[in-house]
This record gives sequence, structure tokens and C-alpha cells, in this order.
Amino acid sequence: MTPDTTGGEITIASNDDVVRVRQLVRTAAAAAGLSLVDQTKIVTAASELARNTLIHGGGGSARVESAARAGRRPGVRITFTDDGPGIPDVDQALTEGWTSGGGLGLGLPGARRLVDEFELRTEPGAGTTVTVTKWPR
Amino acid sequence: MAEERGLATEAAGATAPMAKLLRADAGRVLDRWVELVAGNVRGRITERELRAELAELFDLLVRALDDADGAERGELRAALAEISRGRARQGFSPTETAVGVFALKQAVLEAIEADGAGYAGFVPFSAFVDDLGLVTFETYAAEREQVIVDQAEQLLELSTPVVKLWDGILGVPLVGTLDSARTQVVMESLLQMLVDTGSEFAVIDITGVPAVDTEVAQHLLKTVMAARLMGTDCVISGIRPQIAQTIVGLGIEFGDIVTKATLADALAYTLRRRGVRIEDGD
Ligand SMILES: Nc1ncnc2c1ncn2[C@@H]1O[C@H](COP(=O)(O)OP(=O)(O)OP(=O)(O)O)[C@@H](O)[C@H]1O
Ligand SMILES: [Mg+2]
Repeated sequence: MTPDTTGGEITIASNDDVVRVRQLVRTAAAAAGLSLVDQTKIVTAASELARNTLIHGGGGSARVESAARAGRRPGVRITFTDDGPGIPDVDQALTEGWTSGGGLGLGLPGARRLVDEFELRTEPGAGTTVTVTKWPR
Repeated sequence: MAEERGLATEAAGATAPMAKLLRADAGRVLDRWVELVAGNVRGRITERELRAELAELFDLLVRALDDADGAERGELRAALAEISRGRARQGFSPTETAVGVFALKQAVLEAIEADGAGYAGFVPFSAFVDDLGLVTFETYAAEREQVIVDQAEQLLELSTPVVKLWDGILGVPLVGTLDSARTQVVMESLLQMLVDTGSEFAVIDITGVPAVDTEVAQHLLKTVMAARLMGTDCVISGIRPQIAQTIVGLGIEFGDIVTKATLADALAYTLRRRGVRIEDGD
């Protein structure tokens, strides 16, 4: 394990932390051998999810790790966790252009399109966890 | 914090005998103090300046040592803080700055030894100087932080210049992350330049922006809308392939805003729109 280049956990409590998540994801994606396009995609998805964690989830954390897959090269997996209000209607939240206020409403559906695997677990009042994975091609 | 605790609770009576000793030995102690400090900060400040500074401090210090009501101590503290701020600005290291104060202890100790005077008065005096050292250090650190904040702000402004590309065409090369603070600066300088020049076009080049997410896009859109309200058309250029794919992936639409792959393309486009003919010369 080399946690400094391929992973780590970052507390998300401010905009600076969002930048930090982006940088860590970029390093991890490059180390995993993702193409430049795929690096940019996962970094952008992470940026969206980190900002959602900060703004809608009231802060939380991001864990960046190497994702294993039988017989193939490992990918990058990021898990965003918060103890915020949760998402009452997931389908609505994943609808392009829907926002509960202020945004473009593109972050969540956009992030889902930019990654290979997307998992959203949430419950009203019990926080939100989003896990995304990108595999090298 | 440290200054309150240290300088206020030090009983004035305890340091008064030392004041007497320092008065009697003023010349020698001051000389030695200057000598010790000069050896440490060689070349960065002339010996004359240093002597003037330390002589003033020495004078204030002696008065503070047998001062009961604390007024003199306030003055000493202010003078020290002023010097420490200067040191921080001039790029002195923390050690060099602190030694300026602590060297006094050595100078005094040497004077006591030479006189054969008792050490009894030295302990409260030493504590007093230690507290002065803390004042020095806190001021120094605070000033250094201020220097860093200033530099960050300068960088912010430096990295968002608005330049004239051609008559009636402004260029806004963006480098780095476009957060709300940056956007504010960019927008302000762009709008100001629009007022100053009455330019018809502005080319916002994002070649140096590492990632365009919904936040960056929103900021870009806001800037373009603001410029539009002033009668200026914006072109966004420098959209690299990986950024283009990500923007599409996110579903961001730039609406009717003209986008170009390179700054050169954008310049050619705006020149044409302004009726400037470009010919390949052979
Ligand atoms: N971690 C979260 N906790 C609670 N609600 C969330 C969370 N993430 C997203 N949401 C809800 O889902 C909605 C859609 O999210 P999405 O990221 O798509 O849009 P947005 O954040 O509003 O705008 P933007 O396009 O700027 O990202 C949000 O407006 C918010 O109501
Ligand atoms: Mg969002």
C-alpha cells in the first residue's frame, strides 16, 4: 500500500477541501494508468460529488482507494459520505436539470455518466453515501 | 495571550534591582548586545541602524523594569512589535528575530559576572526577557501570515489579467481553478476593461483551467452574461479535447455562446466579425 499516491481520506468541510479531493483523485487516477480523458472525467465527477457533500450534505468525507477486479488492472474508487439530510427522491435528484436550489442540477446525473460504476445510498435524515469507480481501459 | 500573562503578572518590584544594575552598566551591556545581534544578522541591517533600534529598546526596557503601573511596559511592547513586524517583512528568519531579544540575556549575564554582582535579580529578569521573546515571536508570526495572505491576493490578481488582443477585442486567459473568488476578480477586471475600452469582443481562454465542472461552468456563464449586458460578445476558447468530452458528459450547455478550440481560432473569428481581413502572404 502506498496511501500517499493511490489513496487516502479527506474531510470535506470547505471549498479548499474540494480542491484537495480533486488533486488526490487526479494523482490516484494517473497512478492507476487512466487516460488523460478518463482522468479528467473522474476528477470532474469527484469535484461534483465533493461539492454536493459540502453544500447539500453539510460536509463529510471522501475516501480514495484502489479498486481491485479479477484478472484486470486496478481502478480508482471514491466514496463520499455525509450525515446530512439525505435525498428524499433519488430519481428526481438524478434528473438532469433538477436542483433543490441555486445549481444547474447537472452534478449528480453528470457524475453518473462520467464514471463506470455509480452507487447511491441515501435515506431521508440518515445521510448520503455515493461510491464511484473508474477502470483503466 | 503570552504578552498578557508574561508582562502583566511579572511583579515590577522583582525586576527593579536589575534596572539599577543595567543603568550603571548601560554602555557595556548595550555594546555587547549590539555585537551579539550584529553577528547574527550580518549585512541585512547596518550596525548603525541596529544600534539605534537596540538603544531605544534598551532605554524602554530599563524604564519598564522599574515601572510599577505598566505604562512603560506597554510602550516597550509596542516598540518590540514594530521591530518584529519589520523583521518579518524584510525576510529575517524566526531565529534571527528571536535572537535579537534573547541575546540581551547573555549580555546582561556577562555584565553580572564581570561585576561579581549576585545572580538573584537575574531570574525574574530572565523570565521578563523570555516573555518579551514571546511577544516578538507572536508579532513576527502574525506578520508573516499577513505577508502570505497579501501574496496570495497578488497572485490572484496577477493570474487573471485582461489584455487587449486587438482594437475592440479583449483577451482573458484563465489559469488554474476558477472558484468564486477568482470569478469575482475576473469579472470585475473584465467589466472595468470593457468600460475603459468599449470593446466589442472578449475572448475567454480556458486552456489553463484543469477541469470544467458545473461550478466553473456557472461562473463562466455568469461572466459571459455580465459582459453581454454591457454590449460585448464573449467567445470561449482553449477547450481541450478531454475538457470537451467532460463538458458533454456532464451535460453542460453553453447555449448560444461561441466556443473555439484554440485562442488563435477565436482571434481569427473575432477579427473576421470586426471586418478585419486576414490574408496569407506569400
Ligand atoms: N449529498 C447530498 N445530500 C443531500 N442532498 C443532495 C446531496 N447530493 C445531491 N443532493 C440533492 O440532489 C440535487 C441534485 O444534485 P446535483 O448535483 O445534480 O445538482 P446541484 O448540486 O443542485 O447543482 P450543480 O449542477 O451545481 O451540481 C441537489 O440540488 C440536492 O437537493
Ligand atoms: Mg451538485
